[in-house]
Order: sequence, then C-alpha cells, then structure tokens
Amino acid sequence: MSTVQIAKPTTDEVIEVLPKPVKTRDFKPADAGLLLVTLLASYATTWIIFNQITLLSGTFGFVVVNAVLFLGLYWFVNLQLHGRHQAVDRLLGGLVTLGAMCMIIPLIMLVVYVFVKGLPLLNLNRFTKTQAGVGPLSPPSAGGFLHAIVGTLEQVALAGLLGIPIAVVTAIFLNEIGGKIAGSVRVVVTAMSGTPAILAGVFIYSIWVLTVHGYSGFAASLALAILLLPTVTRGTEEVLRIVHRDLREASAALGAPDWRTVWSVVLPTARSGLVTSILLGIAVSIGETAPLLMTVFGAQVMNLNPFHNPQAALPLVVFQEIKLPQEVAVALGYTASLVLFILVFAIFILARILGSSWLQDRLRSRGSKARAPKMSPAEEEAVMTAVLAPAMAPHDVDGPERE
Amino acid sequence: MTTTIDTTAPSSGDPLGQSGAGELVATGVHAWFSGRLVLKDVSLDMERSRVTALIGPSGCGKSTFLRILNRMHETIPGAELAGQVALNGSDIYSDEERATTVRRHIGMVFQRPNPFPAMTIEQNVLAGLRFNRIRGVKKADLVEESLTKAGLWSEVKDRLSSLGGALSGGQQQRLCIARALAIKPAVLLMDEPCSALDPGSTLRIEQTIGEISEEVTVVIVTHNMQQANRVSDNCAFFLAEDGNPGRIVESGPTEKLFNRPEDPRTLDYVNGRFG
Repeated sequence: MSTVQIAKPTTDEVIEVLPKPVKTRDFKPADAGLLLVTLLASYATTWIIFNQITLLSGTFGFVVVNAVLFLGLYWFVNLQLHGRHQAVDRLLGGLVTLGAMCMIIPLIMLVVYVFVKGLPLLNLNRFTKTQAGVGPLSPPSAGGFLHAIVGTLEQVALAGLLGIPIAVVTAIFLNEIGGKIAGSVRVVVTAMSGTPAILAGVFIYSIWVLTVHGYSGFAASLALAILLLPTVTRGTEEVLRIVHRDLREASAALGAPDWRTVWSVVLPTARSGLVTSILLGIAVSIGETAPLLMTVFGAQVMNLNPFHNPQAALPLVVFQEIKLPQEVAVALGYTASLVLFILVFAIFILARILGSSWLQDRLRSRGSKARAPKMSPAEEEAVMTAVLAPAMAPHDVDGPERE
Repeated sequence: MTTTIDTTAPSSGDPLGQSGAGELVATGVHAWFSGRLVLKDVSLDMERSRVTALIGPSGCGKSTFLRILNRMHETIPGAELAGQVALNGSDIYSDEERATTVRRHIGMVFQRPNPFPAMTIEQNVLAGLRFNRIRGVKKADLVEESLTKAGLWSEVKDRLSSLGGALSGGQQQRLCIARALAIKPAVLLMDEPCSALDPGSTLRIEQTIGEISEEVTVVIVTHNMQQANRVSDNCAFFLAEDGNPGRIVESGPTEKLFNRPEDPRTLDYVNGRFG
C-alpha cells in the first residue's frame, strides 16, 4: 500500500493519510441486496408465468424455470451495473452455487426427513433396551435397539479388522511396489467396487452360512469386508500417491529399507487422508442392508457373540420394521434410522478426533521430552503447504537430468 | 561434546564402517536410462575430507553421476549402470554390500528441501537413527550436535518439538543437512542444495559445507560457478556435447580449473560463455 504523507510546515508533526483500502472482489451489502431482489423478481416472474400466463404446473418445472430466470436476470442486472466481466463472473458463480445446492438440498432434506419421522418415538430406551419381551400390545415407548446397535458395531468392527488391513496393504502394493501384476490387481479392485451388495451376501451365504457355520454376525462381517475392501483400497492408493517422491528419496538416502520408508514416512505423512478413506469404507459397510439379510438374519434379543447364532443389525431393523403393517412399527423403523444416523455421526466425530491433533500430539510427544505444543494455525498451514505443495508442484524438477 | 555411534552395530565386519571422512573413487562409470547411454566412462577421485564440486551445463549427467555414488540411481525404473565405485577401497556395488548400508555411509541432500512433514524437528534429525536401528546414542546430545553443525541450533533450540515443515525453506534445507549428518556418514552428496534458496540461506549452507568438510567428504553438484569456486577444493567439469553421453572434460584442483584450465571448453564454461 502506498502512503501519502503531508507535512505541515507550521509544526513538525507528520500526519499520515492512508488511502481507503479496497477489496477488489468484495461482496458488499449492496450486492447482497441485489442478489435478494433478483431472486425475488425471478420468483415473482416464474409465479406469473405458471399461474397467470400459461397452464404450466409442477414444483420441479417451477424450480427449473425460476433458476434459469434468476441466472439470466442476475447476469443482465450485473451487466448494467458493473459491466461485462463482472456479469460473467457473477453468472458463473451463480451456476456453480446452483450446482452445489443441487447436491446439498436433497441431503439436508433427507436428514430433516429422518429427524422429523424418527424423533417422536426417540427416547432413552432406544439406546439402553432390547426388543426382548416387547409384543404387539406393548406401548410404543417400550423396548429399544441396543441389541441392534451392539450387533452393528460388532459386525462393522470385525469387517474393518478383516478388510482394512488387507485394503491398506493392497494400496501399498499398488502404489509403492507396483510391477507387472499391479495393473491387473487395480482392474480387479475397480471391478470389485461395482459388486452389487446383495451378491456379497449371496456369496457368503453359500460358502459360509449354508455350510456348517449358520447365521452369525461374523458372516455379515465377511460380506461387509468384501464391500469395504475396494473403497478403502482406492482411497488409500489416492492418498499415498500424493505423498511426494522427494520424501521417499530422503528416507532411502538415509539408509531406510523400503518397508521402513512406507511405515515411518509415507503412512504418517498421508495419515489424515488415510483416516478419511478408512472412514469411507466404514460408512459404506455400516449402512449396507442387503448382505445382512442373508448373513445375520436378525434377532429381537441381545446376542453378544458375533460368531454364533443370528444377531440383530440396525439397517436390518429399519428394513424389517418399515415392512410391517402397524403404524407404530413403521414409526419405529424411522426411529431406528435416526439411531443409525446418530451412531454413524458419533463414529465419524470420534475418528476425526483420533485422526487429528490429539493423537498427533500424543505421537509426537512420545519421541521428545517436552510435550508437544498444539499447532498454531500458521504452523498448521505450513504443514499443509509442506504436504500438499510438492504434490501439486510441476514435476519438471522431479527426477535427475536424463538428457 | 562428543557423541559416538557404534557404526558396526547393524552389520558387524562391515568394510564401509570406518568412522570419519571417507575416500570415494569412481572408475569407468557408465549410466543408461531405458537403454540410452547418458554417462560414459567417468572416473573421478573424491579425496578424503575435501569438497569436490561437479559442474557443467544442464543435462550433462552430473546429477546422475552423484546418484550413482550412493546407489540412488538404481531406484529409478529403467536405470542401469556399469563401472566401479569404491568407498575406502571397498566396492559399494559388490554383492555383499546392501544398498541401504551404502546409503547410510554415503548420505545425500537434495535439491528441494524435504524434511519429513509428519515429524518434529527433533524426530527429523533422529530419523536416520530410527531407520537404521542405531541404539546406544545420547539422543539429545546428537540432536544438538547435528543441528549445530548444520548451523540451525540457535534458531530452533526452543522449538524442537514443532513440525519440520513449519520452518522456512533455508532452515528446512539445513534441517535436511543435520538429518544427513546425524548418522555420521563418511561422504555427503549434495545435489544443488542451494538452487531453491535465497542468497542468505545459500551463504549459511556454504559456511556449513566449509565447517563439516573436515569430518565428512563432500561432493556437491552446482550450477553456480561462483559457489563451486567458493566452496570446493577440487572440481570436475562435465559436458555432454551434441547428444553424446556426458563425460568429464577436465578435473582437478578448483583453483587450477578456474584459473588455468587445460581444455578450452572448460575455460569457456567457467567464464560463463556457454551453458
């Protein structure tokens, strides 16, 4: 910023006059007003078109026409007020925002719907009691989903224990070792991610349930492990790929064997991405219903042993309750959905905490005497830059000269 | 303050495991990338406790040569080589020698600073110890000693447990030098260590090179002629002419190469007339 200094000849004081700071891309209140007015105008115009001029009807058509009118109007108004560049910028900004809303609004509606439908019958019983002794004549508030919560947690935990190590090792193989068969392994993993969930259930049903083992939570874990394997593998492979080669070279140049480089340098560097891809895998498996139908069978009472006898699972409870003719049962199905929702949310928050600063501090202070201070935002940014910048940097200085 | 590392701990009877600076001799080194010859018949003696600079225009094979000296060349797919490299008289490419052992004795600092972002400053310095399972070392002393040698101690002594990535570029590069020095290599290879740094950081690193050369032989690749003149005792001029593979045009004491070169191409290059 240039500063203008005006010296008064009478006194020796120097008064500093700074120019008014300008943000070149500021969204001022006037712009917000413009946006609001344009939205209103486009809505009114659409209303007139639909209700006064034409015989058009339907919410979907209304929204589409409204959006198109809004974009056109917004562009035109900005063209008049700010000129062509600004108008195009705002138009494209509006388009992108519209795209984001197309994604977010259905999601919000889904969440709100589950809450509205599930909340009336939600009480503490749902988390502390099972369906044992609950019959058609019991009051709606009786019984709970503890058996299903325990079942789902056990099944998903076992599926994770089975699937995640295999997935991470496969990703390490694909990215760190590679070679001739890596290509075909990658094709198989990609194909696996398209496996219909029901097929995983049928597969385990025929090779495990129908043989000597019978229905059990573990059978469900096997099916779920098949389903989370490709998701975690592809996700992990992607995050390992953005760990820059420089770090692997630095490690090798210190005399580290390859396994050491992977274990001590590549995986810790990619840790937060690793947590994300594992969470994605858990998310895939925790909500699956189809494979459960043929593997856990479902139960009304608590079965703590995942290796023997049928177990309950939350998605299965939702499926079974909502099919029933009684209104209360259907409502309970929605409540079970809400419980599943809360469960998934709790797991995600827990994993984020474990994967982020807390664990990081613990791990870091393990090697040093002083407890590591919490990272300041600036430090955090520096770390992000250090991790991400090499990955995004052009690769021209990547290797040694080859000419 | 002296810290000794039992260098014979991981593999006893290791011929490379002599303490102090080492002598590196390359004889008849050739290198190929995917079948294309890029380096032809390079022989160079890198004297003990001296700084040897490899100079030459881009693409003349000096970085490739440097990476052959600690077996980093072979990590690139399609890379092949021929010839001998001997550290203190024993061949680093012999069947008995493991690449990891060679790299522990012949350290490397890269063009771009590459501290491990998930580790603290202290853990970065100690990374080599951890990777090689070297025990029985007073870690705090070694951290201080290595960081002092790299000229970074006074700047980071109060924040050893903050992350290595939080330092500035020049500090990161000195951290990388400290990390390489912590496992007491016999030779330290530096691949254009200052090309990504500002003049102030460059100066600090040049000072560091001068200070450490007594206990570790330094081989440095540089594009900066003044830098080669300032820091090195010996110099080798690499050139790849008209699509021919790179080779050494002239090598010898830096003072002679810069002031009284025998080859006219060397004279042209050191005077900035090409490259």
